[in-house]
Amino acid sequence: MRQIEARHITEAVERLCVEANYVLGDDLVEALKGALEREESPSGRDVLSQLIDNARVSGEGQYPACQDTGFTIVFLEMGQGVQVIGGDLYQAINSGVARGYKKGYLRASIVKDPLKRVNTGDNTPAVIHTELRTGDRLKITVMAKGGGCENMSRSAMLTPAMGKQGVVNFVVDTVRRGAVNACPPVIVGVGVGGTFDECALISKKALLRPIGSPHHDPATAGLEKELLEEINNLGIGPQGLGGRITALTVHVEKYPCHIASLPVAVNMECHSHRVKTATL
Amino acid sequence: MPEEIIHIKAPMDEKTVLGLRAGQKVLFDGVFYTARDSSHKRLVELIEQGKPLPIDLQGQVIYYVGPTPARPGQVIGSAGPTTSSRMDPYMEPLYKKGLKGTVGKGERSQEVIDLMKRYKAVHFSNIGGAAALIAKSIRKCDMIAFEDLGTEAIHRLEVEDFFAIVAYDTLGNDMYKEAIKIYSRQ
Repeated sequence: MRQIEARHITEAVERLCVEANYVLGDDLVEALKGALEREESPSGRDVLSQLIDNARVSGEGQYPACQDTGFTIVFLEMGQGVQVIGGDLYQAINSGVARGYKKGYLRASIVKDPLKRVNTGDNTPAVIHTELRTGDRLKITVMAKGGGCENMSRSAMLTPAMGKQGVVNFVVDTVRRGAVNACPPVIVGVGVGGTFDECALISKKALLRPIGSPHHDPATAGLEKELLEEINNLGIGPQGLGGRITALTVHVEKYPCHIASLPVAVNMECHSHRVKTATL
Repeated sequence: MPEEIIHIKAPMDEKTVLGLRAGQKVLFDGVFYTARDSSHKRLVELIEQGKPLPIDLQGQVIYYVGPTPARPGQVIGSAGPTTSSRMDPYMEPLYKKGLKGTVGKGERSQEVIDLMKRYKAVHFSNIGGAAALIAKSIRKCDMIAFEDLGTEAIHRLEVEDFFAIVAYDTLGNDMYKEAIKIYSRQ
């Protein structure tokens, strides 16, 4: 067994929370620049220019890219040969979140009880998804997920007869209804298949791929392309001010499903897409 | 859509409010109050209980924002808009108290568009996610009420050259609907 100390996990999570919120990914900035080249709407172009400028300012490390510094979602890929010592894994992660949000001057956006609605004060707890893998490494991915775009996400249990067209219609309709509120140009994560819960999870995992990287399966990549074209025909544009670029990209992930089912889930992500990864 | 940007003052007088049209780009100078979900709930509860409000809403503009904490030496942290429509259920009592403007991101319900016609109020949108840039047009930030709500507390902001677009005006015009129609290929 390879031993990893809990405090090293805390340190990594702390650093990833801060980096994610200040330094937007090169893939995102490139996608915004590409969108600026293609956008026809003057107001849309104005918005895209400001977003590129905003990314530069936040990268200086004084102001987070967005005031909604998100729900901290942590994806773990944990090698079966890893043993965490000196503390509890999930506590180590939450300590890292609390420290990162405090030291990084990030907003505490989590309420303890969804109905009583009292802020926990340190943005904990994180939502943690763990997958076991072969090997002896621990890969930690931190996503700071905005509430406004998350609110525009939807899922549905379609019937097998509704097929691919049913999926396309549901995804495009979800974007039509929600994109203006989700800070377009959006990034659209789509899950197809699995169960009610697995479908939602893979729609979120779809957001972790570098922006614009097509799915390795050609048929799925074709579906992504078709969805992006239909979404960008909606005319919503950057910030809903009208334009060609409503979505920067659509990522689809699939999972086998029951003979009775065709689950579909759309996880909406704003243009302030904040994801950072470290491997211990 | 009028392309020229005009300067307006906040709080707004009636003439300014009535003269604004959906799609007009503006630069605000003056005072905003911040409020979002929890502070709206409290304001409306106070009104329902017949108690005084911590702020006089006459002619005022509310900015839907929950900023990040300010670093030492900063006026405010990042301060972009949150989704406006979550405040839709609270609007009528606030308009009755004289509220004239709101700033946030995204669309409003038809019910609120109708209320804006009735109470002669307007709604502005600014750029969601441009929060680091927006912070630079905020010159002062003071705590006013509901401090226990943290980022959701009501603050008084002094703004200068604060960019926004009129999304809905007092005639019921809808900037989003018109703008999207131009580029839709459906």
